[in-house]
Amino acid sequence: MRRMTAAPLLAILMIGAIAGPAFACAGLVAPNGTVRLTRTATLAGYHDGIEHYITSFQFQGGGAKFGSIVPLPGVPSKVTRGGRWTLQRLEIETQPPAPAAAEGGNASADSDRAAKELYETEIDGLLITILEGGSRAVGRWAKREGFALTPDAPEVLRFYAQRSKIFMAARFIPEKSDDKQVGDGVPIHLRIPTDNPWVPLRILALGKKDPRSDVNADVYLLTHGEPTLLPEPEPAFNRGLALQVSQQASRDLLRDLRSDRGMKWIPRKMWLSYLRIEINSGKLVYDLSVGTKARGGPYEEEAYGVQNDEQSQESPTGEGAASLLGWIVVPVAGLGALRGIRARSKRRS
Amino acid sequence: MIRRAALGALLVAATIASTACGGGDPGRGGQQEVHVTLRDSRFVPDEFEFEAGTTVTFVVENTDPIAHEFLIGDEEVQRAHEEGTEPHHGAKPGELSIPIGETRRTTYTFEEPGTLLIGCHLPTHYTYGMRGRIIVTE
Repeated sequence: MRRMTAAPLLAILMIGAIAGPAFACAGLVAPNGTVRLTRTATLAGYHDGIEHYITSFQFQGGGAKFGSIVPLPGVPSKVTRGGRWTLQRLEIETQPPAPAAAEGGNASADSDRAAKELYETEIDGLLITILEGGSRAVGRWAKREGFALTPDAPEVLRFYAQRSKIFMAARFIPEKSDDKQVGDGVPIHLRIPTDNPWVPLRILALGKKDPRSDVNADVYLLTHGEPTLLPEPEPAFNRGLALQVSQQASRDLLRDLRSDRGMKWIPRKMWLSYLRIEINSGKLVYDLSVGTKARGGPYEEEAYGVQNDEQSQESPTGEGAASLLGWIVVPVAGLGALRGIRARSKRRS
Repeated sequence: MIRRAALGALLVAATIASTACGGGDPGRGGQQEVHVTLRDSRFVPDEFEFEAGTTVTFVVENTDPIAHEFLIGDEEVQRAHEEGTEPHHGAKPGELSIPIGETRRTTYTFEEPGTLLIGCHLPTHYTYGMRGRIIVTE
């Protein structure tokens, strides 16, 4: 039965890959390079206290050294190659091909301590490094590795420093990417134990030179029930974030996803949400915090991008006072926030 | 009680120092020390005013996770830096490269009245808006 499904699916996927492949988040640029964020596709599935974060990094060519930095809600327990077609299958499920024209359809705290490399792994020519550290530490790490952060990075890094000190850096290894064509994607699957799942969005605007330029991204969520989200999306793009699909995931979809590499964790019933992001990069100042029926929430109101008083977040001198949260680049749930959530959860229980 | 008194004295001293070093205050000639913070790829403050003949020591603190420059000069100088390839600044008065999280000092004498600019010319920083203005009065 799976094979019967897979054969036509792969044919569709090949077309899909040409028409609209998944792109990587970005953030690091080589001194002579540029970052162009086009479209990012991400799946965040939450099951048994694990956030399954799946995204794809696109090969940009061998000419410029290129890398990406992604903030994470916690330290991944495992980083592996993602499924071969999970993201594309979700795209087909939520964005079916437009009807033929003949049918009349419309196309649719900073700390100065060095960043700690928690671990490093290589997946299909992509070097993945999980970092723990503040904004300056990550900045120094990037410099040491030969990358430069764009001038908008400090503000974005501080934004994320309020939540998490965990970042993932991804870089293609030139000598191991000879067989890749520009546009080839390498999907990555991170399993992140966390009480507080969230999806980094603001990082998508990093490196955009013009705040009026658009950020386009697709976010798929798989949860045990209909999730509660912050910010609360609307059917239209009033805030640049539109909930376009919210329904019980079909048996076909779950079966197909389960048959992909590393996707056996998917249970027989899940709720599928598809959010489309189309917003000027200057307005993308939030992340997506996900609450589920099982655990409640989302509790962390500030997680979606309310700017806190940065003075309280980062020491002006950067000397690592443990009570200050000022640190770096990417998103979600800082340790302090997690403690707060746990404390609140305890109070509620 | 002693602690409160000490704290109060510290606050007064800090206020005086802040006023004395405030970048927006007119200079009085002679010598001054001014503290400039580099934050979110901006100069804070980004506008200064000094009397001609004033010698100013800029204490430039980079609180950002990226390196920056602090380069004083008129538009022509800024254009030259924007197109230039000097990897490091520090030898000339009014020119600094400041690594991540570090503080550097440079002393510059404003001889003539007029308007000068401050800029960071690391790739894309100047166009991003990392610039400031110095007005030198009679």
